[in-house]
Amino acid sequence: MSGPVIFNTLQFDQPWTLENYLKVGGYQALRKILAEKTPPEAIIAEVKTSALRGRGGAGFPTGLKWSFMPRNYQGDKYIVCNTDEGEPGTCKDWYILRFNPHALIEGMAIAAYTMSVKTGYNYVHGEIFEAYERMEAACEEARAAGYLGKGILGSDFEFDLHNHLGYGAYVCGEETALLESIEGKKGQPRFKPPFPASFGLYGKPTTINNTETFASIPYIIRESGQKFLELGKPNSGGTKLFSVSGHVNNPGNFELPMGTPFAKLLELAGGVRHGHKLKAVIPGGSSMPVLPGEIMMETDMDYDSIQKAGSYLGSGAVIVMDDTVCMVKALERLSYFYFEESCGQCTPCREGTGWLYRIVHRIEQGEGRPEDLDLLLSLCDNIAGRTICALGDAAAWPVQGMLKHYRHEFEYHIEHKRCLV
Amino acid sequence: MINIEIDGRKVEVENGLTVMDAAHHVGLHIPHFCYHKKLSIAASCRMCLVQVEKAPKPLPACATPVVEGMRIHTNSDYAVTAQKSVMEFLLINHPLDCPICDQGGECELQDVAMGYGGMTSRFNEAKHVVAGKPMGALISAEEMSRCIHCTRCVRFGQEIAGVMEIGMAFRGEHSAIMTFVQNTVDSELSGNMIDLCPVGALTSKPFRYKARSWELSRRRSVSPHDGLCSNLAIHTKADRVVRVLPLENEAINECWISDRDRFSYEGLNAADRLTRPMLKQGGEWVEVEWQTALEYVANALRQVKTSAGAEQIGALATGGSTLEEQYLLQKLLRGLGSDNVDFRLRQSDFSADGKQAGAPWLGMAVADLDRADRFLVVGSFLRKDHPLLAARVRQAVKKGAQFNLLHAAADDLLLKVANRAIVAPSEFGNMLAQVLAALTESKQAALSDDVKAVVARATLEGIGNDARAIAASLAGGERVAVLLGNFAQQHPQAAQLQRLAQEVAALTGAKFGFLGEAANSVGAYLANAVPGANGLNAAAMLAQPRKAYILLNVEAELDCANPQQALAALGAADLVVALSSYKHGATEYADVLLPITPFTETSGTYVNTEGRAQSFKGAVKPLGESRPAWKVLRVLGNLLEQEGFGYENSESVRDEVLAGDLAERLNNRLSGLTVSAAATSAGLQRVADVPIYSTDSIVRRANSLQKTHDAATPMVSLNGAELAKLGLKSGDAVTVSQGQGRATLIAQCDDGLPQGVARVAAGHAATAALGAMFGTITVERA
Repeated sequence: MSGPVIFNTLQFDQPWTLENYLKVGGYQALRKILAEKTPPEAIIAEVKTSALRGRGGAGFPTGLKWSFMPRNYQGDKYIVCNTDEGEPGTCKDWYILRFNPHALIEGMAIAAYTMSVKTGYNYVHGEIFEAYERMEAACEEARAAGYLGKGILGSDFEFDLHNHLGYGAYVCGEETALLESIEGKKGQPRFKPPFPASFGLYGKPTTINNTETFASIPYIIRESGQKFLELGKPNSGGTKLFSVSGHVNNPGNFELPMGTPFAKLLELAGGVRHGHKLKAVIPGGSSMPVLPGEIMMETDMDYDSIQKAGSYLGSGAVIVMDDTVCMVKALERLSYFYFEESCGQCTPCREGTGWLYRIVHRIEQGEGRPEDLDLLLSLCDNIAGRTICALGDAAAWPVQGMLKHYRHEFEYHIEHKRCLV
Repeated sequence: MINIEIDGRKVEVENGLTVMDAAHHVGLHIPHFCYHKKLSIAASCRMCLVQVEKAPKPLPACATPVVEGMRIHTNSDYAVTAQKSVMEFLLINHPLDCPICDQGGECELQDVAMGYGGMTSRFNEAKHVVAGKPMGALISAEEMSRCIHCTRCVRFGQEIAGVMEIGMAFRGEHSAIMTFVQNTVDSELSGNMIDLCPVGALTSKPFRYKARSWELSRRRSVSPHDGLCSNLAIHTKADRVVRVLPLENEAINECWISDRDRFSYEGLNAADRLTRPMLKQGGEWVEVEWQTALEYVANALRQVKTSAGAEQIGALATGGSTLEEQYLLQKLLRGLGSDNVDFRLRQSDFSADGKQAGAPWLGMAVADLDRADRFLVVGSFLRKDHPLLAARVRQAVKKGAQFNLLHAAADDLLLKVANRAIVAPSEFGNMLAQVLAALTESKQAALSDDVKAVVARATLEGIGNDARAIAASLAGGERVAVLLGNFAQQHPQAAQLQRLAQEVAALTGAKFGFLGEAANSVGAYLANAVPGANGLNAAAMLAQPRKAYILLNVEAELDCANPQQALAALGAADLVVALSSYKHGATEYADVLLPITPFTETSGTYVNTEGRAQSFKGAVKPLGESRPAWKVLRVLGNLLEQEGFGYENSESVRDEVLAGDLAERLNNRLSGLTVSAAATSAGLQRVADVPIYSTDSIVRRANSLQKTHDAATPMVSLNGAELAKLGLKSGDAVTVSQGQGRATLIAQCDDGLPQGVARVAAGHAATAALGAMFGTITVERA
């Protein structure tokens, strides 16, 4: 699972220590920009060159996001790292905290320098306690060694980083719900505009990036944006962490260049478990539309290729399903998740996710009606795009994906009151 | 200004508006639930989704700012499809129990569903059920399944009432509006949440199942309970008031009313309502005809006048009596030859009489409070005395105004207090002098001659930090308001405080005014319901007992500054004529009870604290044989063969009182007073508030209000050190005594009180046996 950008310390017994991070060129990027007093514009240009896109799921160009921060704003500004990794199937950010926390710290420090920010928060998903502890320890190490705090590496640059352990609510991974949660409020997304770049944490300009995004930054500054871009494909620069789960022999996290064929990834994950055939793949975390195995076997793992195939790269969580999977049962489980995790603030999601789940549940229980499938699709249209945050979309897409490719399984279920498989 | 197009109409609107604002601007209605013009934007109900050209999805009108060139369709197929889909979602878990829902017929959900809901539902699953929640005596939250989670109630609490007492707990479909564990909703503005609730989730507990909205008649009225005079919509059924709602008036109550304004109607038809004239004959009360009673009163007054002189007759009215009633009462008295008439029953210092340039008033418009950037409030239980004025001040403070308080208690006002000087009542004058001293030090401003000596003494004795901080705050303001509260007006040195506060206002360029205690506090001056140079004021009339008294709406033991003294004087009088809506304590000391109507059964006028005259008509017919007091006084005037009592209607009385320019008759200027502000105190000083639900006879009989926390039996509060000094602790039973009077109450610790004071409420039966609201009081273990 090792790779050049993020998991570059796995050869060591204790990959997470500062000592080992330094051995692979750690903190050289930060040292360089502080010593050379690199203008922030130059750093943003480098990040833009790298074609680094947000690794949390939405894939927004990172350099562009950084350029939104008001440069001349007087007063506090914040950067926030989103380690609230709650999308089912995704477990990559957890591993960054476990195995290379200093890459995140350095990446955030560079971002802070670029956007003239003194304070950063790292919002950690509520259930990964040991990763939080390790991240705290890494921050202590970094502080002691002068990579965090006042006068970093002898410069006048000041930045400190605070880790905040959440309570495990999926919706807190939505960036504005995350901000609310840091502020001590109930984790509910804010309506936008205003966007966090103008009204973020405590009402101050704020930039929020995913853990993997920040952890990719040191490489880009150390080695150059061009080199990072060349690792991947145009418009999909760098490497990507893929969390492969499901019916494979060797599940786990893999750092691979963007554009790696899915077939290669599946091979690295040990292939589909013995005696079974690949049926379907959710390529980017549970909210993304499912794709049939045969389509995936022809697809490369990057933003544009997967979108062309009819889904999204999302967080890079690859859920592999073999021929034993009943798609009705699978969707029932997925829909239950979004029903359970809806924050309840806005109507379509609060009411719609429960309705979706109940219909799918009924079908699974053999109580489906022929009109249910069109009703499901109609409800998806009424939820997606009409909510405050993307959780509504996330609840609708799996249903739409399943019905697009596996409608016959649902029809069979309704007619025969049992699974096709 | 920017140009947009909305539903095909090209309009120019202000930059910074939302699509919702812009739609209102051109008279378009966009369906909505969570949006409310006075609350922050939630954008959560999604009912107001509209089509904006070039936007990839429908946008909520309430939260989308207009931008140049924006083309909006509120009613296109695209928009209506989105709106209808939201409506469908809102209804799937709603019980649709409209036939048994109090909100039926006046329900926003019902109304919008008529336009956007389907005839049948596609939802075939089980609806979820939400358990009811106890929220106290006023709000019923029994049917929370009806809730559509708009959070208006939550935002009202946080943003207007200033306290979050309810919130939305849990998430997703399990989201539920509830109070904090085992708490009720205790805000004095809580009833507004019922109005805000767009469905029947929060309903009025007292009104529950009393009537359907379409059975009700609606009448405009004016609240009689405080100086604001909120505008009311009185809802009646079968000649009975069954509900009171706010009538929107941006200049006065905006779209709110206090719980006192809203729920006091329950007192209107209380069991002890007086409905027939009564005479005490041989120690027994007998019901008589009006003619008999009125003739008896006329004869008895004539007799007192002949035998003892007119100056032996005194008349007392409440400030909540109407302008017409107060005017006719004083006219009757003066016609009899007596100048003894007063409405300032809780006032104890009258030294400003004759030195006051006009009727004391707010000194500004109520709406000016919104724009003030500095406040100094002297002597006020602001939240409880003036719930809605406090809400206005709260909004100003939220916008950055600094609120300074000089008071004898540090009650939570639910707003950010910049500086507070909490001192014993006897120190108020000294504290104001210190503020003046600090102001003159820093501003080099010229003091008026009459206050120089007092300020010099304060400078000599040292200026405290509180006074300096208040002075600095006020000096930094551009629109400063200095206001005297009820407590300052009831203070034994009220005139001194007025003069000093006025000087503070002069030095800081502030507007200066009084927070009018009662609905017609200003009007009563205009009606001349105050003694002339030869007359006795309210306190003097009781301190120097008269042979005859006429009481208008007065419950002496609860409405007077010194109930002990009042009861003694009334008990010893030869004749007490009580014009009252209720059979109250007057049955002990009165000789005649004349049943008069409360404000809902008469026409009348209140001139509120900002000097705004508002007339109203009766909402229902007088109960039983009761009559409007202005008519009773008119007949008495005629029976006594006085001139000028030939009024056709109450409007002609009003027009006589309010002839000429009203504004010219309002003037707070006080001159010719000797300023001393000497602190006089010995022992423990009483600090008396009039609890919010004890202010007048109607409120005191409103059952539901009497079940709230604010109506709990008063306790004796002392700070920790004072309690310890007396060897007491919270919860101990104590005997409180003033003169001959005593009361047994429970002691409690309140470290917000200064040293040397004991707080014991007035206006309540439990403390009615005590003496003056200010002065020395003894507390000892019972």
